[in-house]
Amino acid sequence: MAYDLECERVRKRFGAFVAVDGVSFRIPRGSFFSILGPSGCGKTTLLRMIAGFETPSEGDILIKGRSVLALPPNRRNVKLVFQHLALFPMMNVEENIAYGLRCKGMAKGEIARRTADVLERVGLPDARRKDIGQLSGGQKQRIAIARCMVLDPDVLLLDEPLGALDLKLREHMKIELKMLQSRFGTTFLYITHDQSEALVMSDRVAVMNDGRFEQVGEPRELYHHPKTAFVAGFVGDSNRWPGRVLDRDPAGMRVETRSGLIFIADVTDGGIGKGDAVDVFVRPESIAVTRGEGAGGQDASGETNRRTGRIEGVLFNGANTRILVRTSTGDQIEADLPQGGAEANLGNGDPVTLTWKRTGAKCFARAGGTQAR
Amino acid sequence: MTRQHVRRLTLFMLLAPFLLWILLMIVLPHLGIFALSLREKVAPLVYTIGPKNYLDFLREPIYWNTLLRTASISILVTALTFLVGFPIAYYIAKIAGRRVKGALFLACLIPLWVSDLVRAYGWMILLRETGVVSSVLQWTGIVDGPVELLYNDATVVVGLVYTVVLFMIVPLASTLEGMDDSLIEAGYNLGGSGFTVMRRIVIPYAMPGIVAGSIIVFMLTAGSYLTPILLGGKNSMWFTEQIYEQFITRFNWESGATFGILLLLFTSLTVWLGLRLSGQSLATTVARSEA
Ligand SMILES: Nc1ncnc2c1ncn2[C@@H]1O[C@H](COP(=O)(O)OP(=O)(O)OP(=O)(O)O)[C@@H](O)[C@H]1O
Ligand SMILES: [Mg+2]
Repeated sequence: MAYDLECERVRKRFGAFVAVDGVSFRIPRGSFFSILGPSGCGKTTLLRMIAGFETPSEGDILIKGRSVLALPPNRRNVKLVFQHLALFPMMNVEENIAYGLRCKGMAKGEIARRTADVLERVGLPDARRKDIGQLSGGQKQRIAIARCMVLDPDVLLLDEPLGALDLKLREHMKIELKMLQSRFGTTFLYITHDQSEALVMSDRVAVMNDGRFEQVGEPRELYHHPKTAFVAGFVGDSNRWPGRVLDRDPAGMRVETRSGLIFIADVTDGGIGKGDAVDVFVRPESIAVTRGEGAGGQDASGETNRRTGRIEGVLFNGANTRILVRTSTGDQIEADLPQGGAEANLGNGDPVTLTWKRTGAKCFARAGGTQAR
Repeated sequence: MTRQHVRRLTLFMLLAPFLLWILLMIVLPHLGIFALSLREKVAPLVYTIGPKNYLDFLREPIYWNTLLRTASISILVTALTFLVGFPIAYYIAKIAGRRVKGALFLACLIPLWVSDLVRAYGWMILLRETGVVSSVLQWTGIVDGPVELLYNDATVVVGLVYTVVLFMIVPLASTLEGMDDSLIEAGYNLGGSGFTVMRRIVIPYAMPGIVAGSIIVFMLTAGSYLTPILLGGKNSMWFTEQIYEQFITRFNWESGATFGILLLLFTSLTVWLGLRLSGQSLATTVARSEA
């Protein structure tokens, strides 16, 4: 398989501080790859090394199979869409797009043709003569992408380009970006701290924390089979309980939280043994809610966990409804209500029974300092 | 009284000192000088109104040559000031670290602590025949006898550039400061060379600052008196020197007033031409360099 971009054990130190710590990955031609991580984890630093604005302390970066470490930024065929776009305010739309072509020394007629062509492709054929200040947020976004795409880059780097937009426009641009990527067929490396952006758009996602990649995989894989506690906590919403392992067998383990809740959970990390401190993650949507206290108490044997409690809060957001349940042991559990059905109209104070399968609960060794929510 | 009245009154009271200052210190004296420049002496203590003073100026080549010379040297000084000031401003705004930045700004301001006169004498101590530079050159054996470095155009130009360079650096640095570094990086990322990025991105962005700095520097230079006289000597042929001479030496106030008005008109015309040529307008320059 051909790779447009490869990083091999790339490391970047600022003095004693390690911003990027031995990151390796490969991006196959024409795919949409995202790096997802919290603020300050080193995403921008990694991107700036690829673009050539920083030099890696160790490791190698290859574009189309060739090392680019010796090339200055203006000789690398990777283009960067900046976080605040960095459109040139003293040029109009057409001049912004033509800038890169003029740097290549292309003939005037050819520049005009390509500029018109790329504007057509991003859906703004009439914007040629407009000033940058006259564009809306979403239009600026598309011009910034057009300005890079007109140069036919090997890889397009995008550094949280949707961060400055309002929610509605961001939702729209997510789809737009994905469409643009498949239309151009260019390799995209997209950086974000918003997990929904990464999951929606990407072919593959790398979850980054503290300068390292925690896990690389397809969005579904990350969501359903997280490999580390950080990924489980960072990708999607989860209930998280710290606890201690009571006993384990090859299929699963029993974990007791501080407040005395007992879980049966899937073992995700082979190294966990009896007595270890662990975190248990359960997604709200894998918890089934039924009205009433039923048998009461709690049950954590066989294949399912069962709890009873009372609803403390109902969070309605249109597509689904989330309830906050306080259990008899005093823990709070978040669960999603199914759309419609008998449980749809549950309200504050109603007694409910929550059940979830053993496989819905993931158990990870607690790493010192992991700040999953 | 309605609220609107109150507001108007407040505005008026706030503006009053400023308006008074403009009126008393700038408008009235210039009107006076303008009136003076139109006065013709027909007999002792008998005057009429007419353009004789202006015609005299045109008839005497040495006068308008001096004016042209002053203007062209001022333009040269402005250009040199830009060449010297731009790299310094760029370094202060874009390259220096936070602490160095403050120190450099301060270093630029230090010459202002010392009066014009003292600074010009400082140059004289360095450059005169028996001065520091001459002695050092003789001591190292580069020259045989004493060298006079004062009283030539090059020295005047250097002295003027030194005096006014600060007024170029400050507006330039503050415009460049407002420029997002990612614009420069985008310039490189899209394939521009260092030269292209400078020419197509940094300079156009800094244009309002360049224009503001150039206007200040040009006006200061054309109107300066001490530096050209002290460093250029009696033959420096600077237009302000002519004005001084008419007023003080010849006691010809009418002619001095005419020269003053002509200097004002001529420099304004030059600035206007410069703005036209660079495609800027005064209003956008002021607005953008403040923003
Ligand atoms: N030039 C530099 N000198 C010293 N430290 C730096 C430098 N650039 C970045 N860092 C540090 O490296 C770490 C990673 O920074 P980076 O900008 O890559 O984070 P990020 O993942 O892009 O965060 P965000 O999502 O907030 O943009 C930060 O702790 C930052 O303070
Ligand atoms: Mg960043």
